[in-house]
Amino acid sequence: MASKEVLIIGGGIAGMQAALDLGDMGIRVHLVEKNPSIGGKMAMLDKTFPTNDCTI
Amino acid sequence: MEDQTKTDIRVGVFVCDCGSNIAGYLDMQALVDYAKTLPNVVHVQENLYTCSEGGINEIKNAIPKYNLTRVVVASCTPRTHEPLFMGACEEAGLNPYLFEMANIRDQCSWVHMKEKERGTERAKGQIGMAVAKAARLRELSRIQLGLTHRAVVIGGGISGMSAAMALGNMGYEVDLVEKSDRLGGLLNDLNLVLPAKEPPSNLVNDLAGRLNENPKVTVHTRSTVSKSEGYVGNFVVTINGDGEDKTVKTGVIIVAIGGRVLKPEGLFGYDGKMVVTQLDLEAMLKDGAPASKNVVMIQCVGSRCAERTYCSRICCMTAVKNAILLKEADPETKVTILYRDMQMYGVENEDMFRRSKELGVRYVTFDPASPPRVEDGKVLVHHLRMGREISIPADLVVLSTPVIAQEEAGDISTMLKVPVNENGFFLEGHVKLKPLDFATDGVYLCGNARFPSTIREAVSQGLGAAARAAIVLSKDALFTSGIVADINPDTCCGCLGCVDVCPYGAINYFEDRGVCQVNKVLCKGCGGDAPQRARRAVRGSTDSPTNRSTRRLSR
Repeated sequence: MASKEVLIIGGGIAGMQAALDLGDMGIRVHLVEKNPSIGGKMAMLDKTFPTNDCTI
Repeated sequence: MEDQTKTDIRVGVFVCDCGSNIAGYLDMQALVDYAKTLPNVVHVQENLYTCSEGGINEIKNAIPKYNLTRVVVASCTPRTHEPLFMGACEEAGLNPYLFEMANIRDQCSWVHMKEKERGTERAKGQIGMAVAKAARLRELSRIQLGLTHRAVVIGGGISGMSAAMALGNMGYEVDLVEKSDRLGGLLNDLNLVLPAKEPPSNLVNDLAGRLNENPKVTVHTRSTVSKSEGYVGNFVVTINGDGEDKTVKTGVIIVAIGGRVLKPEGLFGYDGKMVVTQLDLEAMLKDGAPASKNVVMIQCVGSRCAERTYCSRICCMTAVKNAILLKEADPETKVTILYRDMQMYGVENEDMFRRSKELGVRYVTFDPASPPRVEDGKVLVHHLRMGREISIPADLVVLSTPVIAQEEAGDISTMLKVPVNENGFFLEGHVKLKPLDFATDGVYLCGNARFPSTIREAVSQGLGAAARAAIVLSKDALFTSGIVADINPDTCCGCLGCVDVCPYGAINYFEDRGVCQVNKVLCKGCGGDAPQRARRAVRGSTDSPTNRSTRRLSR
C-alpha cells in the first residue's frame, strides 16, 4: 500500500496551508523550511488588506 | 476531574502583551496586580505572546500546578484565538468550555492608544467581567455527529468539473448538477485559449469524458438544485431534472455556478452586429476571422463604473488575445484597444501584451470622464497625450464587458444561507484564511461564482474547494461546538421572535405544543436570539442571562 505521508518543501503561507489541510485529513505531513521559522514572506508583513488582520 | 462546585473555583488569568499591541498602550503591571485582587483568582501571569508555543505551555503547566478550574486569557480576539486556548485547556485536562477570554486588544488598547490611564481602567473592567463570567461557566461537551461521505457540486463549468473530478478521484461519490444540456459552462462559448492557442473544447471534452467514465461521479445535466436542508455532513439536497425531484444525502456542497458575460444593452451602440462584445467576437472567430479591416476595442464597458465598481480583470487578457488572433489572421487588419488601465498580471500575460504590440496592435488610453463615442464607421476618442479628439476608422467595434453574477445566485444564496456581495458574487468566509469556504460549515465555493477568474484560476479553485471539502469527508464522525442555545419549554411563549432572528435556521417551532426548540447541531451559539426572549426562555450554556450576547459582542 502506498505510503500516506506527504513531504512539503517550503513553509511559507502556501506550504503551511497545504500542510494544515492534509493534516486535517489525517495524513502525516513533513513540512520542510530552510529558515529558522515558518511563515515566509507573510511573516514579514505587519497587517494585510483588506481585513487589516495582524499577519503573524 | 475533581468536583467543581462554586466554592472550589480556582481561576488562572493570563494577561498578554501581544508584543507591543497591548503592552505599548496599557499598564500591564497594573492589570496583573488588579487581576490578583479578583475573587476566585489564584494565579496571574503576564506573557509576551500568550499564543506562542511558550505561552501555550505556560497555560498547560499552570493548570495542574495551581489546580486551576477556570482559565481566563486577556489578549486579542476570540474569533482567531479562542480555539487555540481552549485546546490548551483540553490538553491539560480541563474541560475547554471552562475557558473565557477578554479582548483587551481590539476593544481596548487599539481603541485607546492615547489614553493609557483610562484605557488601563477599562481593561481592568473587561478582565473583571471575564473572571466573573468564568466562575459561572459550566462544563460542556462537544456533540458528535455521523456524516454522509458524498458531495454535491452545483455547476458544471470548468471549476465545478475540476472539483467533481478531484473528489471522485479521492473515492467520494459526487453528484455534479448542471443546468444546461452539457458540461463546460462559459468555455463552450470561447474560440481559442492562449498561450497554447488551444480550442477550449479539448479541455472540456477531456474532463467531461473522464467525469462520465468515473463510476463515483454522477453527472446531472438540465438539472438544478431546488432545495437544501440540514447541515455539514448531513445535508439533504433536492435535485430537479426533467420535471422530477430526486433527493440525495450529501456531506458537503460546492457552489460552482459560474458567471455570465454582461450584454451591454444601450452602451456604445451595441447591436450584436457591428458593435459586439468580446464573447460575440469569440463566436465570430470560431467561424473564421471576420472581414473587418478596422477593429476598435473598448475596455471597461459596464465595469469600474458607478453601477458596477469592480474590475472584471479577465477582459484585458481577452482583448489582447483576440487582438493577436485578428492580427495573425491578417496583419493588415488595424486593431486599436481603447483602455483605462491594462491588467496583465502574470508572466505569460505580460508576454502576450508585448507580442500584441510587436504585431502592431495600437493602445490608446482614455479618461472615463470623456469616454469614446461610437459613430457610423468610426470611433471618436479624446487622446490624452495629444490633448484633442481623434477619429479612428472602425468597421467593427468590440466591447469588453465584465463577467457578472448568475441570475440564480440570489436564490442559491437564500437556499444555502450563504452570502453574496452587492454585485451578486458569493462571499468567502475570510478573504485570506478561508478563500474557498463559506462561513457556513460544509459549503464551499470556486470559480466565477466567487469572482471573475481565468481558466487556470477556476481550475485551481475547483481543486482547492475539493480539498477543503475532503477535510470533512475524510472524517468518520464530526464534532460541533457545545456552546448552543437552549429553550425552556415551560416558559417559551411561542412568539417566534427567536426564529425570525436566527441566521442559521436552527430554531424550529412545534405548533402542536406551541413552543420553539433549538437544533443543537445547526446552532452556532451566536446569541442573536437572546434579546428576543420574550419571557427569558432562551438561555445559553452558562446561567448568565447575557452570556450569549456578550460572547457575540466580544468578537
